[in-house]
Amino acid sequence: MSGHVRHLYVHLPFCAHRCGYCDFVTVVGRRGRHAAYVDALLAEFALAGEVLAGEVETVFLGGGTPTFTVPSELERLLGALPAAEEVTVEANPETVTPALARLLRAAGVTRVSLGAQSFQPPLLEVLERHATPEDVRRAVRRLREAGFDNLSLDLVYGIPGQSPAALDRDLAEALALEPEHLSCYELEAKAGTRFAHAHGLELERQAEALEGYFEQVVETLTQAGFRWYETANFCREPSGADARDLRARHNLGYWRGRDYLGLGVGAVSTVSGERRRNLPSLGRYVAALADGRPPPREVEVVDEVTRTRERLLLGLRLDEPLRIAELGEVLDEAAVSRLAERGLVELATDEDGAELRLSPRGRYLGGGVTVELMA
Amino acid sequence: MEQDRIRNFAIIAHIDHGKSTLADRILELTGALSAREMREQVLDSMELERERGITIKAQAVRVHWRGYQLNLIDTPGHVDFTYEVSRSLQACEGALLVVDAAQGIEAQTLANAYLAIDGGLEIVPAANKIDLPQADPDGTAAELGDLLGEPPERVLRISAKTGAGVPEVLDAIVERIPAPSGDPDAAARALVFDSSYDQYRGVVAFVRVVDGRFETREPLRAMAQGTQFDAEELGVMSPARQPVASLSAGEVGYVITGLKDVSRLRVGDTLTSRRRPASQPLPGYQDVKPMVFAGIFPTDSDDYPELRDALERLKLNDASLSYEPETSQALGFGFRCGFLGLLHMEIVRERLEREFDLDLLITAPNVAYRATTRTGQEVEVHNPAEMPRELERVEEPYVKASVIVPKDYVGAIMELANERRGTFDHLEYLSEERVLLLYELPLGEIVLDFYDQLKSRTRGYASFDYDLAGFRPGELTRVDILVGGEQVDALSLIVHRDAAYDRGRQLVERLREEIPRQLFDVAVQAAIGSRVIARETIKAKRKDVLAKCYGGDITRKRKLLERQKKGKKRMKQVGGVEVPQEAFLAVLNLDSERRRS
Repeated sequence: MSGHVRHLYVHLPFCAHRCGYCDFVTVVGRRGRHAAYVDALLAEFALAGEVLAGEVETVFLGGGTPTFTVPSELERLLGALPAAEEVTVEANPETVTPALARLLRAAGVTRVSLGAQSFQPPLLEVLERHATPEDVRRAVRRLREAGFDNLSLDLVYGIPGQSPAALDRDLAEALALEPEHLSCYELEAKAGTRFAHAHGLELERQAEALEGYFEQVVETLTQAGFRWYETANFCREPSGADARDLRARHNLGYWRGRDYLGLGVGAVSTVSGERRRNLPSLGRYVAALADGRPPPREVEVVDEVTRTRERLLLGLRLDEPLRIAELGEVLDEAAVSRLAERGLVELATDEDGAELRLSPRGRYLGGGVTVELMA
Repeated sequence: MEQDRIRNFAIIAHIDHGKSTLADRILELTGALSAREMREQVLDSMELERERGITIKAQAVRVHWRGYQLNLIDTPGHVDFTYEVSRSLQACEGALLVVDAAQGIEAQTLANAYLAIDGGLEIVPAANKIDLPQADPDGTAAELGDLLGEPPERVLRISAKTGAGVPEVLDAIVERIPAPSGDPDAAARALVFDSSYDQYRGVVAFVRVVDGRFETREPLRAMAQGTQFDAEELGVMSPARQPVASLSAGEVGYVITGLKDVSRLRVGDTLTSRRRPASQPLPGYQDVKPMVFAGIFPTDSDDYPELRDALERLKLNDASLSYEPETSQALGFGFRCGFLGLLHMEIVRERLEREFDLDLLITAPNVAYRATTRTGQEVEVHNPAEMPRELERVEEPYVKASVIVPKDYVGAIMELANERRGTFDHLEYLSEERVLLLYELPLGEIVLDFYDQLKSRTRGYASFDYDLAGFRPGELTRVDILVGGEQVDALSLIVHRDAAYDRGRQLVERLREEIPRQLFDVAVQAAIGSRVIARETIKAKRKDVLAKCYGGDITRKRKLLERQKKGKKRMKQVGGVEVPQEAFLAVLNLDSERRRS
């Protein structure tokens, strides 16, 4: 490897079932085609992998449900990918058998992100999730037993029918499992999903009540000793016993504007000012690579201004400051002072110059504040 | 044509009582137009007039009937154009008073009939629409007889639609209306009773020659304004323009002036020859001043040059329209326009939107105020935001309003008039069923929503007319609206002291509903000077984030934010608050909201 890219994403689209709210590139079932897909991934890796640096920092297997992939194929894939300091695999709780946990550990995976979503059966039903709360607890236990010391749980809030008390229970249940990391997302009814069709109106009606849920999540988790390091992401603060930085390093790469290589159907890469998006058709992806051709994809040029603007919008999601000098003309200076006056933006200056970050209240309003700050 | 073979007459009628239909029938019957050429309502040439069933620009048509030359002068049919009506009537010796026999006399019938009587015209009354099953020709004839002090038998019974009785109308015009009495040998004088703008030939004046004789290419002068020009062409409308060599005392026709600006030749002025000028102009010239004002802004600020051009072109044809540039921090660049009245404003707005395809935002109308500051300075104020705060006194225009209603609604009218600071003048029974009420009212109360209230409280039965009655002092106060501590100029208003609190409260509540929540709390206030009389707070949003953003959707999220940014740039900034155009629209339409409720 001779390139500079230190972050590798690999997309595994297969799922047992498509959840109503999902808008990712997923493919249901097709166990018979997993092998052909992994072949295609490896072929794409062979074609595109040269941009990777000699030492890859992070690898992330996302989906779909990567752990739904036929285990032998998953093992073959992991075996072929470069080793990295952080190798994360997304998993659905019901797929985590003791054997799978051991397989992942043995294949060099360092971190597992479990899609728990909720611990309330009625709410899981609304989300069309098949894992039970017990499945989540069992998965965590099995992963721990296999030796994993870096687990993340995904939670969703704002589910139709969810009360603030139910959210409290979900947060408490999640904390009780002592994960190193939590991602908490407000449920979005994305246009075109089955879910938007069924629950869109209901979500609009509770929009105002939902505002409080975000605050509730942040307050509960920070009080429990978690660092709110990104808009929707929390990690355990380092402590005497465990001084590790538990932020998701792969995702930090995105938020800090690093280049990354994405492999797989629908996967996106951003390398040296060019963003490539593989098209979402599984058949065409596999067919092209079987032929030795690159997969069909869209290419977008990310020029310097666009890249800087992305740096702003991504960087403001983090709790670490942005250097104003690096933002150049994409930053509206008048808006900076206006928002600082209103307590939404915090400014600081050190020997390297001025830097800016959002105040806690600014972070709750991060989207609107970012729009204001964009020149 | 000998003067004694000429009859000059107008038709006066309430809206929809059949004036235009009768004019059409007369043209047809006198052979001025064949039936094939006949277009319904030929005289109302503008598309808008035809649609609204009203006449905006008066026209004059010459027809012949049994050896007589009849000049039909069409008059505008609405209260806003009273002065134009009076000048048109001044060009005639008689008037056909047409009343719908199914409706009876209406307020406008009365107003125009009084104008005609005051002008010394012979009135030929006609009960129209006798073909309708619900027509009451006898009742209507009795009302008309009472009004004019004539026996009801003198009232003609006609149907302009079927043509029944129309020949008798023409005969009555010849028999009852006197011939013009001007001096054909005196120095030439002609009354300008209308004008229009021809894009190739400039201003075309419609005139009634009173004395003497005008020749083509004669050098002329408008005596009141002093404008000089040559008569490029003289002619008559029959009904198309037909050039003639000369126009003599008693005749009605047009003069092509070559002037490029209608405001240089105003209705009511007197034309004379510069070769042998008359010493005295004809009486009654007035410089008509706009009384109702509103700001007109393009919805899209890029359209400002188009709006300016459109106003310039409208003004060519409408000397009573006035405008001057106005800049509002809330609405951008636009114009403060002056109108004769509400209908005039509506017509201008519709023409701007329809003929020039402009998307407009119009502020709530206000009247002209005469303010005296504490330092004794007198100013005329056309825009509430310009009303001085340190006032000694303010005068506002008043009108004499006449309302005709079935007697059951007298109470409703009195209630409405009292709410609107009306002063009762008198009440009169026109018949057993119908009552005429006269009130003095501030014009400012009428421009609000008076007419709509009148209609809704009387189930549409009331008819209404008014005439300006001069300026009177009023207990008026200026109310300002502040958003985020900053005054919104477009929303300032001048109201009676007693109504200030309610109106302020309404505006503030409405704005709170319309302005989207921001990243911070926003105060919306109504204030008189520095005293806040109403306040609402738009609470800040508590959450505004994109739930997640990873490597796969950076482009999409960036585009989403860029779109939001673009949207914000289109909003108007007031006090650091982005206010969508719709919010201003909704608030400026407050009155129409009230109407609907």
